[in-house]
Order: sequence, then C-alpha cells, then structure tokens
Amino acid sequence: MIEFLSNYYTYVLMVVILGIGLYMVIASENLVKKLIGVNLFQTAIFLFFISMAYVEGGSAPIVPHDGVPLEVMVASPLPQVIVLTAIVVGIALTAVGLALIIRIYAEYGTLREDTLREVRADE
Amino acid sequence: MSSVDLLLPLLIVAPILAATLPIALGLWFERTGWSVAGLTTLGLFGAAVSLASVVYSGGEEVSHKLGGYPRTYGIELVADEFSMLIVLLVTAVATGVLAYTRRGGPRGNTFYTAYLLLVGGLLGISLTGDVFNLFVFLEITSLATYALVASGDGPESAVAALKYLILGTIAASMYLIGVAFVFMATGTLNMLELADAIPAAESQTLIRTGFAFIVVGFAVKVAQWPLHTWQPSAYQQAPDGVTPLIAALVSTASAYAFGRLIVTVFEVEYLAGVSNAAAIVLTVGCVSVLAGTVLAVIQTEVKRMLAYSSVSQFGLVIAAYGVVVAGSSETALIGAAIHLVGHGLLKAGLFLGAALVAASYGARTVDEYAGLAKARPIVAGSMAVLLLSLVGVPPGVGFVGKWYIALGAVESQLWPVAAVIFLSTMLTLAYAARLLEKMYFTPPAAVESPHASGSVATDGGEVDAAAETDRADAVSIGMIAVVVVAALGAVALGFSGGAFADLLEPFLTEVFN
Repeated sequence: MIEFLSNYYTYVLMVVILGIGLYMVIASENLVKKLIGVNLFQTAIFLFFISMAYVEGGSAPIVPHDGVPLEVMVASPLPQVIVLTAIVVGIALTAVGLALIIRIYAEYGTLREDTLREVRADE
Repeated sequence: MSSVDLLLPLLIVAPILAATLPIALGLWFERTGWSVAGLTTLGLFGAAVSLASVVYSGGEEVSHKLGGYPRTYGIELVADEFSMLIVLLVTAVATGVLAYTRRGGPRGNTFYTAYLLLVGGLLGISLTGDVFNLFVFLEITSLATYALVASGDGPESAVAALKYLILGTIAASMYLIGVAFVFMATGTLNMLELADAIPAAESQTLIRTGFAFIVVGFAVKVAQWPLHTWQPSAYQQAPDGVTPLIAALVSTASAYAFGRLIVTVFEVEYLAGVSNAAAIVLTVGCVSVLAGTVLAVIQTEVKRMLAYSSVSQFGLVIAAYGVVVAGSSETALIGAAIHLVGHGLLKAGLFLGAALVAASYGARTVDEYAGLAKARPIVAGSMAVLLLSLVGVPPGVGFVGKWYIALGAVESQLWPVAAVIFLSTMLTLAYAARLLEKMYFTPPAAVESPHASGSVATDGGEVDAAAETDRADAVSIGMIAVVVVAALGAVALGFSGGAFADLLEPFLTEVFN
C-alpha cells in the first residue's frame, strides 16, 4: 500500500482532486462553489496530463545549445502544450459561468440553488 | 489538388476571425453584424460545396497538415465522405437560420459574434483529425452555445445556460480524461495514428478506461437519457431564432464526433472485441429512444416537446453506432449518417416553424396551436410535412434514416433494436399527431393566449386588431420561405437515400476492411 502510494502518488492526488471537484458540483448549493468545483475537476485533469509526461531525471523540453541530442532526457512537451490550451479553455468557461452567475444574482438576488428553486417555483 | 486542401483551415479560421468583426465594426457602424455574418456564411457554404465536390468526385479524403508538420506531432485537418455531410449540413443550416434572423431576431452585433464562433467551432469538430483538437472545438462550440442560450429574454435563460455550462464542462472534461488515458497508452493524438496504435497498445485497460470516459462524455453532450437534463430547458429558454441553430447542429456535431471516434479511432473491429462495449452503447441509445419519446409525449410546450424528441432521435443514432459495432453493419452506419443529417434539417425546420408560429400566431403550447392551419396555412403545411417526416412517413428523410438503421439491426440479428425503433415510431406519431390534430382539426380557441405578449401586452378577452397586424408584420416572406425550403428539403432528401449510400461507399469500405 505504502509502496503503491509512493509510486503513484500523483495519480492518487489527481483522483482525489477529481472526486472533490465532482462532489462540490453535485453537493454544494452555492452556485459559485459549484463553479469552483468544475474548476477543480478540470485542474485535476491538467495535473494528470502533466504527471504522465514526467520523466524520471528528465529536464525541461528545451533544445540544449551544445548537448548531444540522444543523451538528453526531456519530459514530453506535447502534454504540456495541451494543458496550456486546456487552461485557456477552462478560463474562458469560468468567465462565462461567472457572468451567468452575476446575471442570476441580479435577477433573483440569491446564489444558492435551493433558494433559487423556491424563487422560480413561486413565479 | 494543391490548393483545395487550403479550404480546410479556411473553413475554420474564417468564421472565427470574422467573429471579431461585428463587435469591432460595431464601434463605428451600428448594424454591420448581419452583413458580416451573411457574407461569411455564404462564403463558407460555397467553400463547403466546392470541397464536397472534390471529396465526392475524387472519392478520396482531402487533408491538410497545419504548418506543414507531419501528423505524428502536428495537427491534421481531414475532410472525407462522412465529415463532408456534416460540414454541408452545418453551413446550409447556418445560412438558413441567418436568413431567418434578419427579420426574426435576435439581432445585435454580439449575437452575430457568438453565431460565427459557433459555426467555426462546429466546422472544427467536423474537420479535425486530432482527438485533442476535437476537445478544443467542442468547447468553442459549447462556449458560443452557452452565450447564445443566455441571450434569451427572461432570467430563466441564464439559469438554463448555467446548468448547461456546468454539465457541458463536466462532459467535455470526461472526454478529456478519456483522451488522457488513450494518450497515456499510445503516445499519440492523431486519429489515424491512434487507429494503428490502439490495438497494439501494451495496456488495454487504459484504453478501455479511456473509451468508457469518452462514452460518458458524449452521452452528456449528445443528451442521452438520463444525462439529457440540460437539454430541454436550454432549447426552450434560448431565443426563438437561436434554438433552430443549436438544436440542429450542436448535438449533431457531437454525435458525429462520437461516431468518428468509434469508426475511425477505436475502429469497429477492435471495439467488437472489447467485452460489453457494443452492449453499453446500444443500451444507452435504446433507452434514450424510449425515454425521450415518452417524455416528449407528455409535454405541453411545443419547443420542449421538440427538445425531448431530440433526445430520442439522437438515441437512435447512438443505437445505430451500437449496431455498427455489434454487428459490424455498414447499413447501420449509413443509417446513422443519414439520420444525423436528416434530423438536423428536420429539427432546424421544426424549431424555425415554432419560432414563426410564436412570432405570428402567438402560440407556444400545443393547445394554442389550435386552428393554425386556417390562419397560417403555409406554415402549418410545412410543419405538418416536417412532423410526418420526423415520425418516419415516407418519403420524408426521417424514414430513410430509420429504415437503414432498422435494416442494419435486422441484418445483425439485433431484434430488440428493431423493436425499439418500431415502438418509438409509434410514440413519435403520438406526439406528432397531437400537434397535427390541433393544427388541422381543432377550431381556434376564443381566448387570446397568455404567451402572446412579446412587444404587445394583451389583457386577454377580445382579440386586439392592432396587435394582430403588428404580429403579422413581424413575419417576412423570407422567414416563411426558410421553413418551406426546410420542408421541401426534407422530402427531397428522402428520395435520395440511395445517393447517400453511394456517397458514403468509399468511406465504408475503408472502415470495414
């Protein structure tokens, strides 16, 4: 068990964050917290990509100016590029989500989903 | 042939770049949005047609490597027989909806910006040859859709959009996890490279996990029961001019992407060997078909009813994918492709019709449609044709798709699927017939409908003559023409089922050999 954890702790961490994020989306009544949950969920996936690209003893994926190419160990650059793109997408989503929450707050005067449900049921 | 492949990046980049223009030009000129969007969309339609003529006459795919990098680590755009169908559908429906919004609204430069972003994202989904870029384009499409849904009148639309945003983001993230697992096992993101690498991968568990996440992600995106809950409220609360666009295209593009992953990336042969993969896809599809139609039957709002009907129609497509995997049936794949295109056209037409009725007749619920055929014969006639086609009455295009899917199911000895298709047709008839009966055989109610307001406030009781002419003004001949064209197109496509099969033939031989 300890050995498993020490070998795969990044993956365990990812699953834990993923679970916390999903739980927040489902269980939290606060709309902003729900959105934070979505963000956590996405961040866990980014961490997953990064940790899978990690190479033991590898350096940053930058071309060395006088190194022998075959002897340089680098982390795979592809997942890192992917994660950069995915982060941008995530930020855009968060921005749109927060804008929607502001609109909902302006219209209904609440951030809580259960209150929102009651207010809407009354109308 | 050298310059044709430049059309591929152009189809994606042009609408996204043009999306900045309505807002930028809006600083100096007030009403430029429609002309920018109109020119771009017409250009896209032209480009799509010329690209389609090359793809279908040449019988081989056109691909473009971005920046000239080889596909092992670059990004590739591919147009083949399957994706061109969706590209043509996207550009055609976008043109039609744009023609409608000139008078029907929503207007404003920001609307056209979101509209162009949506079109760019959808074309990206159709043309990309890379699983990660598929995620990015899915999200571009979704972002534009959230904004469009939220642009509806009441605060309800913001709630619907937020629900859609949270579920849609979780779904896209699920897909991304799937991609991560597959990437971990194979080390590549290109679809064609993956097709070679997946059966050879060391850890098959990773790939199966990846496939499972991808199935869940797409089940939400395509609105499969029980993960469909975002969809009816999003379709209902979106502005009338927007619903046709997103109902016809967004889920269609996601369903196409799922099909593309099944036939090109994971490949039929491989998935047939994975235990239960076919059964799960089949079950998800079949359950959605039944649940969607049953839920549609009990709706009173027309837009909501049509939204639930989408759940069932996409269930049919997903079930067809299941048949493709379970029975390696070419016929079912033809059926799925035809049904995707046909359903896109039908739903665009039906929602445009519903928008037209709401604008001109003030009717939103099924009961309020009473007497529509007398008051608005052309719109009622077009909607009747579209509804019958949706049920699957020949020669409508809905029949051709269902026929091929059912035929594929029977050929593969999957009798329950054939039974589900038959049963859902009966249930589809139940809600379509209810609307038809109201339109043609029920006299209009004397009481003015409560939903008729819009710009004019009516207090019920007598029909206000001024309000009546005002509403008639809201509808131009062009708006009616778009709905009529959609109805005619649905019938015309119904006659060309065989042509579809011929067009797809080169793609099918590639998939099944």
